[in-house]
Amino acid sequence: MSEETMTVIEPASPSMVTAPEISAPAPPRPAGPFPPGAKVRIETRGLSFFYGTNQALHDISLGIPEKSVTAFIGPSGCGKSTFLRCLNRMNDIIPDTRVEGEVLLDGHDIYGPGTDVVDLRRRVGMVFQKSNPFPKSISENVAYGLKINGLCRRSELPERVERALRASALWDEVKERLHTSALGLSGGQQQRLCIARALAVEPEVLLMDEPASALDPIATQKIEELIYDLKRDYTIAIVTHNMQQAARVSEYTAFFMLGRLVEYDRTDKIFTNPGQKITEDYITGRFG
Amino acid sequence: MNIPGRRRILSKIVVGLCGLAVLIALVPLALVFFYVVKQGFASLNWAFFTRMPKPVGEAGGGMANAILGTFFLIVIASIVAIPVGVIAGVYLSEYGKARFATLVRFTADVLNGVPSIVIGIFAYGLAVLPVHRFSALAGGLALGFMMIPIITRTTEELLNLVPSTLREGALALGATRARAAFGVMVPAALPGILTGILLALARIAGETAPLLFTSFNNRYFSTRLDQPIASLTVQVFTYAISPYDDWHRQAWAGALVLVAFVFTFSVFARVVTRRLERMHRI
Repeated sequence: MSEETMTVIEPASPSMVTAPEISAPAPPRPAGPFPPGAKVRIETRGLSFFYGTNQALHDISLGIPEKSVTAFIGPSGCGKSTFLRCLNRMNDIIPDTRVEGEVLLDGHDIYGPGTDVVDLRRRVGMVFQKSNPFPKSISENVAYGLKINGLCRRSELPERVERALRASALWDEVKERLHTSALGLSGGQQQRLCIARALAVEPEVLLMDEPASALDPIATQKIEELIYDLKRDYTIAIVTHNMQQAARVSEYTAFFMLGRLVEYDRTDKIFTNPGQKITEDYITGRFG
Repeated sequence: MNIPGRRRILSKIVVGLCGLAVLIALVPLALVFFYVVKQGFASLNWAFFTRMPKPVGEAGGGMANAILGTFFLIVIASIVAIPVGVIAGVYLSEYGKARFATLVRFTADVLNGVPSIVIGIFAYGLAVLPVHRFSALAGGLALGFMMIPIITRTTEELLNLVPSTLREGALALGATRARAAFGVMVPAALPGILTGILLALARIAGETAPLLFTSFNNRYFSTRLDQPIASLTVQVFTYAISPYDDWHRQAWAGALVLVAFVFTFSVFARVVTRRLERMHRI
């Protein structure tokens, strides 16, 4: 889907490695366990977040490479959801909050002056813990983002809706009832509809805040398969309480604890050979 | 010691008191309803709806002009109050954390409690005095001022019931704050907001005091908004305090029509709400 709008990763060929650097002093490499060739889509530098005087995030620096799934795990209240919501400035709507540090989307600080928050949120889509379809028809739900952003002509809407619904593996289940209320769908279908709604505006990054935590195992499995398919085209960051889920769907895993980033590494390493004792304790269920 | 026995008796007393309170609340309503129906039904006929008032002493005639006038007044009031009320309600619910919002909320509550005659005086000063003429517009304005706080507060309360995850969902798709409010939140709360509007209409349809010196009254058929216009309530009031038996009968018929109108509106409000709720399943 929309291959032409995505930047193609340069293959790490020998010629690339020897290519001379002609740019000014290279910026510090984003913190992360990904290979040197990976293109980083979103990066935070020294990100701290405050609810009033209560500091919820402490100086977090990490990069999220494109076309991969990065999972954020940690006990309740560790700040992983807050961190996720910093990435598309969803925390802006909570009064009495403050952000320090930078969040770079393709190199531009989204908290810097001149950022169009509305445009940012179109480029960084979000799927919430509890499915939240609008009380409109299935088709109107998917078309909503396209309409408000004026992204396509009216005549193209049905095609775009179908494409998004196919991408979220929902098309075959709803194609006969596109104009019925979205609230008549099952919980799992509603969540996939919300994913379709987010995909319709063709975001560059998709943030998922415990997208399967309210679903039964079968619906959860469908969502996970979907995430697995989506990472071919999208950059995905997912918060999850379910460690098996993190292990199944993600390439990279960041472990948060008390608002700090404890460890960030390849998922297989985090789950088989974590660098920190506390990560191991959490993953083996000794606390949390 | 016979605690269970005492408990049972106490429980029965409390349940009895509850029943009594319900009875006291319902009896006046039932009495008014039955008395109005009994008195009014005899005088109600087709002519009442289609004919104009007859001169004193001549039997028959109707209140066609007053029924039309009331309809006019309600429409004007709605045009004034529905947009203002709904938008103010959205403001309170969506942006209502500021101190100014607290002030607006408090003002709306006070306005809701202001005696309707005072609202009438206000509209008199605003729309009658400057042009030295009673008018349908002034009457509609007075009724509209009464509707605004009701609609504002219902809209706010119902928007507060819509889960905020819907707003976040819209914002996350790149909607502006206002777009999320009017495109997603208001439609989600629409059944309730409509009920609020209908109940506000039912409430003001029966008002007499604000009309006495705004739209005044008119013995003749008038559709001009800058002229005095008849209304059922003022007509009933005028006829009821008159010394003529025939007018008294007409007043009862008018009262019955008013009660029936308010009743129908309330029932209609319920039905609409149910239906929309089933469609939206919120």
